Amino acid sequence: MTLRKYLVLAGVTVFGAAGDSMLSHGMKQTGNISLHHLPSVILAVLNPGVAFGIVLLLGFVVLNMNALSWADLTYVLPATSLGYVLIALIARFVLHEQVSLLRWLGIVLISGGVGFVAGGPMLTSHPHHETSATAVEPEPVAVSRGLES
Amino acid sequence: MKHIYIWGGILVITLGSVVGDVLLARAMKQVGDVHHLWRRVGFWTVVARVLSNPNLFLGIAAMAVAFFSLLFTLSWGDVSLVAPAAASLTFIGNAFAAKIFLHEKVDRRRWIAAVLVAAGVALLAG
Repeated sequence: MTLRKYLVLAGVTVFGAAGDSMLSHGMKQTGNISLHHLPSVILAVLNPGVAFGIVLLLGFVVLNMNALSWADLTYVLPATSLGYVLIALIARFVLHEQVSLLRWLGIVLISGGVGFVAGGPMLTSHPHHETSATAVEPEPVAVSRGLES
Repeated sequence: MKHIYIWGGILVITLGSVVGDVLLARAMKQVGDVHHLWRRVGFWTVVARVLSNPNLFLGIAAMAVAFFSLLFTLSWGDVSLVAPAAASLTFIGNAFAAKIFLHEKVDRRRWIAAVLVAAGVALLAG
């Protein structure tokens, strides 16, 4: 696997975690939004935290689509789940929140899952079977390139 | 009765997320490796190819269903139950769906990874 692909997966992880954290931070400043006043969600976008969170999550979506173009869904999802761990570590060491023993156990389990999937192949499906009729000319080396890990 | 609503909601969120993830993954596999395409045909052609894929928009629609189901389910149940339950079940559901619909080889290594992450998420968010 190339450095560029590691960077994309790291980007998915960091942008997702940072985006969720910013949204949460911004929405706490905005206050509760009742289900009976859903239009007030639109006003929440004016909060800088929420707006920045949305920009980060857009980055997450683009990088996630990028990763899914060359790696399996069952590889990308566990590999980028370290974002959950990142949020817990930020909560503990930056925001100085208490992290319970059960949550530390959760961190260990997720890290173990990431370790399991990261040791295996990145792509097992065959993209040329999925390629639509409008796609570009066939590229025979694409599969072998995708299998590099 | 309230439990039925909550778990029904969690099921709909999970289904929407799984269908959305699978359709998005299928769309991007149909487009092909964007790094190679970018070099060969240029950035804007890649963007046009991604945006002209119907699976992308079906996937986004499924994710929208999941999002609004989450909003409604949160009005019935606690976030500490709904969010981790839906996230955990989505990891397991995606492993099944990727094997069946995307023909990914979900071997023992990936099953263990999916189960460990699902359990970890449930503990972390619970």
